[in-house]
Amino acid sequence: MNRKGTEALVGFFVLLGIAALVFLSLKAANLSSFSGGETYTLTAKFDNIGGLKVRSPVRSAGVTVGRVTSIALDPKTYQGVVTLDMQKSVLFPNDSSARILTSGLLGDQYVGLEAGPGEKNFAAGDTIKQTQSAIVLESLISQFLFSKAADAGATPAPAPAPPAAGGKK
Amino acid sequence: MQSESLRTTPDHASVDALIEIDHVTFGYDPSRNILNDISMRFGRGQVTAILGGSGCGKTTVLRLIGGVHPVGKGSVKFDGHAIDTRNAAQLYNLRRRLGMLFQFGALFTDLSVFENVAFPLREHTDLDDTMIRDIVLMKLNAVGLRGAAKLRISEISGGMGRRVALARAIALDPEVLLYDEPFTGLDPIAMGVTANLIRKLNDATGATSLVVSHDVHECFAICDYAYIMAAPGVVIAHGRPEELNASEDPQVRQFLRGEPDGPVPFHYPALPFAQDLGLRGPAA
Amino acid sequence: MSWLAAIGRYVIECVRALGHHAFFFWELLRTLPVSLKRPYFSVVQVHALGNLSLLVILSSGLAVGFVLALQTYYALVTYGAADSVGLVVNLSLVRELGPVVTALLFAGRAGTSLTAEIGLMKAGEQLAAMELMAVDPKSRVLAPRFIGGVIAMPILALLFSAVGILGAYLVGVQLIGLDPGNFWSAMENGVDVKRDLGNGIIKSIVFGVICSFVAVYQGYEAKATPEGVARATTRTVVISSLSVLAMDFLLTALMFSTR
Repeated sequence: MNRKGTEALVGFFVLLGIAALVFLSLKAANLSSFSGGETYTLTAKFDNIGGLKVRSPVRSAGVTVGRVTSIALDPKTYQGVVTLDMQKSVLFPNDSSARILTSGLLGDQYVGLEAGPGEKNFAAGDTIKQTQSAIVLESLISQFLFSKAADAGATPAPAPAPPAAGGKK
Repeated sequence: MQSESLRTTPDHASVDALIEIDHVTFGYDPSRNILNDISMRFGRGQVTAILGGSGCGKTTVLRLIGGVHPVGKGSVKFDGHAIDTRNAAQLYNLRRRLGMLFQFGALFTDLSVFENVAFPLREHTDLDDTMIRDIVLMKLNAVGLRGAAKLRISEISGGMGRRVALARAIALDPEVLLYDEPFTGLDPIAMGVTANLIRKLNDATGATSLVVSHDVHECFAICDYAYIMAAPGVVIAHGRPEELNASEDPQVRQFLRGEPDGPVPFHYPALPFAQDLGLRGPAA
Repeated sequence: MSWLAAIGRYVIECVRALGHHAFFFWELLRTLPVSLKRPYFSVVQVHALGNLSLLVILSSGLAVGFVLALQTYYALVTYGAADSVGLVVNLSLVRELGPVVTALLFAGRAGTSLTAEIGLMKAGEQLAAMELMAVDPKSRVLAPRFIGGVIAMPILALLFSAVGILGAYLVGVQLIGLDPGNFWSAMENGVDVKRDLGNGIIKSIVFGVICSFVAVYQGYEAKATPEGVARATTRTVVISSLSVLAMDFLLTALMFSTR
């Protein structure tokens, strides 16, 4: 009648499960990096958010200081409205700028914040005025080709007609 | 007819019947009836035997009394009330008052002998461990197995297992005891012990016992009344043992005397033997 | 046209069987509150189904972690993305392989033992004896085993994933020589607790319900003969495995669709 023994073993089994859960959450997932700590909200409007996703990081000088919580389209200005959840421990001057950058060559996109020279800081709910949209690859290519064609057009050699900007692929 | 001095049984139709089977017809599937319009009365405080060959429906009678299946026609009455298998509360109360001994014991193989007998007590009472221990040892003592309490079920013999099952069946001191083939597969000593126990328990507690068996000799030694059944689920005779022994009915005589051929034929229905062997018979 | 009638009969029989399953499940659920009043029986089952499966689950987890790390490395190294081995292995385990492979192993080891045990109890008339003693076998025998399985499965799946990741670490960092810092940080950045781990846990709970229910049902409904019990154990494994795989597809589509 080893009732105590069975119960102890089952308790051990459940403990093992909890340990596995803790290990998986902390070491192998992103729980530790942004739990706890108070946050405040900022908004930013972009002409083009590119590949930014909800929960993409907000980084300043490469350090993660917040997360994107929602992305929506402003029906009046047709701009992308991005809501950011910022760590309360880091405050930014109210003329800081936000850009959408890519980590690495083909990596995920994130919001990069550059602190401005201003004196007063953002309060909760403020909107970041200075924004720069994500770089769209197609516009980059057509810009490049257009400028190349413009250079070629300055020389007397017959230049091919500049390809339509943006247009066909 | 001389009635034995120790068992004076009154006329059967007027005896106080705890259980009554009233013109019951029953079959597991509608095309084949196991029981055909049978009626039986089981007297309070008596040992009644149900005898018959294999497949005549004896075990089914016990199942109906336990409320396992609903009857198609007729009714099974327990203490005056018809058993309604859809009434869970009634079934619960009914089953609390009866104890059943299954043919091969049906002991719980993962528990010890002690725990098997303690099972009904633990499930249905709030008694503490010391009381349960006392009661279990008393029941085991009644069947002569108090020393085997710690053994596991795999360590005991068939006959001992039957006795443990009996101890478990009487753990709650039931009013009705149902025995399904209690003598099958036992050696002569074990058979004698079991028969003795059945009778003594019945007399000591005033319970009503039903013994289903095909062992005529042992049953007649202990029962007050007997029903003889035959396929397809009919009662061919009933009465006190001495009345049945004196019966002239050929079916009853064949059964009681164990004659190989008679109204119950030896051969299963088949084609003529010569035809089966492929020989041509004489020209008709 | 008799084959048409035969097909029709078969379909009707399947639908009837499905209804029987549903009724049985409902009755099992109804007995849960009663059987939870005596938790000791469920605890014993968690031990029988969980503790005693640890050897199989942990060794399989380790082996899967080893192999996954190797294969992922060979695939990613050609793109110079070998630092993502940890991330890929983690996601594969936590989202899919942990719950699914654990469920398949559980069905084979614990499911068959449940079915055989209950089937043999039925064959030995133990369940009938209980019923005639006014003890409901569903709440005394079946429900604790069901509860034990539902509790044990998610824990086993978590252990499988955790051990798999450790195995991948052993192969990736110790054997192949990947950088441990990148190994763990790629995981920390790429795996989300709510989305990946949480959904994986939900999956393993669902699979636990499926495997335990099928095992208990097949045991209870088995024919009380040796062949009947043998066939029931086979059915347990087959039905559990197919249901788990089908359910996995549904759940993955639901949970991980790109919004």
